[in-house]
Amino acid sequence: MADKAITKTVAKLIAVVIGMFAFVFVVMVPLYDVLCEQLGINGKTSGRYEVVASTVDTDRIIKVQFVAFNNEGMPWDFKPTVTMMKVNPGAVNDTVFYAKNPLPKDMVAQAIPSVSPNRAAEYFHKTECFCFNQQPLAAGKETQMPLQFIVDQDLPEDIKTITLSYTIFDVTDRVTKSASVAIR
Amino acid sequence: MGTHHGPAKGFTRWLTTTNHKDIGSMYLWFSFAMFIVGGAFAMVIRAELFQPGLQIVDPNFFNSMTTMHGLVMIFGAIMPSFVGLANWMIPLMIGAPDMALPRMNNWSFWILPFAFAMLLSSFFMPGGAPNFGWTFYAPLSTTYAPPSVTFFIFGVHIMGLSSIMGSINIIATVINMRAPGMTYMKMPLFVWTWLITAFLLVAVMPVLAGCVTMMLMDIHFGTSFFSAAGGGDPVLFQHVFWFFGHPEVYIIILPAFGVVSMIIPTFARKPLFGYDSMVYATASIAFLSFIVWVHHMYTVGIPVAGELFFMYATMLIAVPTGVKVFNWVTTMWRGSMTFETPMLFCIGFVFLFTIGGFTGVMLSIAPADFQYHDSYFVVAHFHYVMVAGAVFSMSAAIYYWIPKWTGKMYDEGMGKAHFWISFVGFNLTFFPQHFLGLAGMPRRIPDYALQFTDFNTMSSIGAFIYGASQLLFLFNVVRTVVAGKPVSDKKTWEGAEGLEWTVPTPAPYHTFTTPPVVK
Repeated sequence: MADKAITKTVAKLIAVVIGMFAFVFVVMVPLYDVLCEQLGINGKTSGRYEVVASTVDTDRIIKVQFVAFNNEGMPWDFKPTVTMMKVNPGAVNDTVFYAKNPLPKDMVAQAIPSVSPNRAAEYFHKTECFCFNQQPLAAGKETQMPLQFIVDQDLPEDIKTITLSYTIFDVTDRVTKSASVAIR
Repeated sequence: MGTHHGPAKGFTRWLTTTNHKDIGSMYLWFSFAMFIVGGAFAMVIRAELFQPGLQIVDPNFFNSMTTMHGLVMIFGAIMPSFVGLANWMIPLMIGAPDMALPRMNNWSFWILPFAFAMLLSSFFMPGGAPNFGWTFYAPLSTTYAPPSVTFFIFGVHIMGLSSIMGSINIIATVINMRAPGMTYMKMPLFVWTWLITAFLLVAVMPVLAGCVTMMLMDIHFGTSFFSAAGGGDPVLFQHVFWFFGHPEVYIIILPAFGVVSMIIPTFARKPLFGYDSMVYATASIAFLSFIVWVHHMYTVGIPVAGELFFMYATMLIAVPTGVKVFNWVTTMWRGSMTFETPMLFCIGFVFLFTIGGFTGVMLSIAPADFQYHDSYFVVAHFHYVMVAGAVFSMSAAIYYWIPKWTGKMYDEGMGKAHFWISFVGFNLTFFPQHFLGLAGMPRRIPDYALQFTDFNTMSSIGAFIYGASQLLFLFNVVRTVVAGKPVSDKKTWEGAEGLEWTVPTPAPYHTFTTPPVVK
C-alpha cells in the first residue's frame, strides 16, 4: 500500500484548504477594499484629505449635487441644506447637512458617502466631513453637520456633474453593544 | 477481528462501514431522498405559480421554498449523488481495493444527514426557514434574515466539511492508488473529471465557509464585513459568494461530463473521440471558472473594463465546452448506436445541455444581461444545465451501472418511459420560462402579471409531469433491487470498456484486493 504517499497528498490538500479559508479573510477582503479605494470603483470615497496648495481652475464649473437617504428603519429627518452647488476645481467649498432625531431616545447615526459617477470618486476630496465620525444626537434634538470638500483639478473633462449621496444608518445598537462589551 | 469477506450484519453495518460500495450506496440513497424533498419544494413553487394571485402559500413561505429548493437540490441532491457515484466507481475504474481514507469516508457521509436535519429543522423555527434565496445575498441574509439563519450557516459549514473530506479522499485515491500501468492519460474520463472537480472543491468550499463565517460574525459578533453602516460593503458579499459560486457550477457539471463520456462510447460502440482533448477541455473549464465570477453581478456597478474582461473570459468557456459537445457528437457519428435508457438520457443530455450552454452565452453578454438579469430567463438557463445536465446524466449513470451494483436488470420499458416523460415534462416546464424571462417576469416572486399566465400554467403542468416521472424512476430502482431479473455477465453492455466490467456481477463486497495490470 502507498500509505506514506497518501499521507503526503492529504497533508498538502489540508494545507490548501486552510490556505483558501485564510485567503478569504487576509486577501479577498482587504484587497477588495484597497481596489475599490484605489480605482474609485463602487463610488467609495477615501478618508480625510490633506489640503495641498493648488491653483483654482476658474475656467471650469462643476455641478455638485447632494442627496440624502435614510437606510430602512432609520427615522431621522436627514437632508442637505443646499441640494446643488456650482464649484471650481481646486477650490475649497463648505456646506452643511441637517439632521433631526424625532424619537424620544438618544441615538447614534453613521452616514456613508457614495459618489456618482464612480469614476469621479477619486477626484472628490473631503477635508472635513460628518461621515468621518459617528453622530450622536439626543432625543428630539437637531443639528447642522458640516462638510468641506475640494474637487480635484484632474477631474476628467467629460465629467460635468458629480452627485454625492449619503445614506444614514442607525448604529445605536451597534455602539451600545460594543460599549457594553468594552465594559465587560 | 480476523478476516471477513462480506458485510457485517444488521443496521450497525451502515453506521460503521468503511467499504466504498456501502458508502457509495448510502450517498446515492441519501441524495435521492433529498432530490424528492427538493422536488416537493419545487412542486409547491409551481403550484403557487399555476395561476396569478396568491392562493396556496404566503409570500414569505414561497421565498423559503425557492431558497430551500435551491439549497437542497445543489448541496443535498446533486453534489452528494456524484460523490456517491465517485465512491462506487472510482476504485472500480482505477483498480483500487477501496478509497484511500475509508474511515474519513464514513465520517464525510455521516455528517451530511445532520447538516440537512439542521437546515430543514429551520422550517419549524420562529420566523421560518431561510427565505433569502439560495445565493443568500447580504444584507438579506444578515440584517433582514430570520433567526434560523444561524442554523443555515452551521448547516453549510457541515456540508462544506463533508464535501472537502470527500474530495480530499478522491484526490488521494486517484493520485496514489491507480493499478500498475494506469497512467494519468489512461484513466477513464469519469475519473479525470472527478479529479479536477475534487481540486475545485478543495479550492472553493473553504471560500464558501469563509463567506458564511463572515455572515455569522456580522450577525452575532458585531463585525461589519457586509454592512455599509460599519464601513463594510454588501457588494463584497457577492464577490466572495460568486468566487465560490462559479466554480461550484462546474463542480456540479464536470462529473456529469465524465458520466456522459463513459456511456456514449458504450452505446455508439466506438472509443471516445478525442480523449486527450476532453481532458484538456475539462482542465481549461476548471481554470476559467476562477476568473469569470463577476458575470453573475454585471448589474451591481462594475467599471466598463471589468465588464469587458469578465464578458470575454466567460465567452471563452464556450470553446472547451464546444470541444466536448463536438467530441460526444463525433463519437456517435457513424457508430453502431443502440438506444437503451442510459444512452437516451445521454443524448438528451447533449441536446439539452447545449441549449443551456447557448443561453449561457447569451447571458454572458454584459449589455444584454441587463435585461435578462434576475428574470425567468436565468431560471430557464440554469435548469437546462443543472437538470438536463446533472440530473439527466445521473439518471443515465444509475441505469448504466445498476446491473453491476445489484446483479439485477432494471425494467427497460419503464426506463424508457421515465426518459420520455422526463424529457417532455422538463421541456414543457423550462422552455416557456425563457419566454417569460425575456418578457420581463422576475424570478423568486409568488405572484405575477396576467400576461404571464399561459406560459406559467404550461410550466406548472410540465413540472408536475416531470415530478411524477421521478417517482416512476424511484419505483423502477426499488423494483430492480428487490425483484429485478438477475444478470451475471461481467459486461452488462456489449460495448462497455473499463476495469469495472472485469469484476463479477454483482460486484463483490471486496474487489481488486490484488491490483489488476493495465496494459
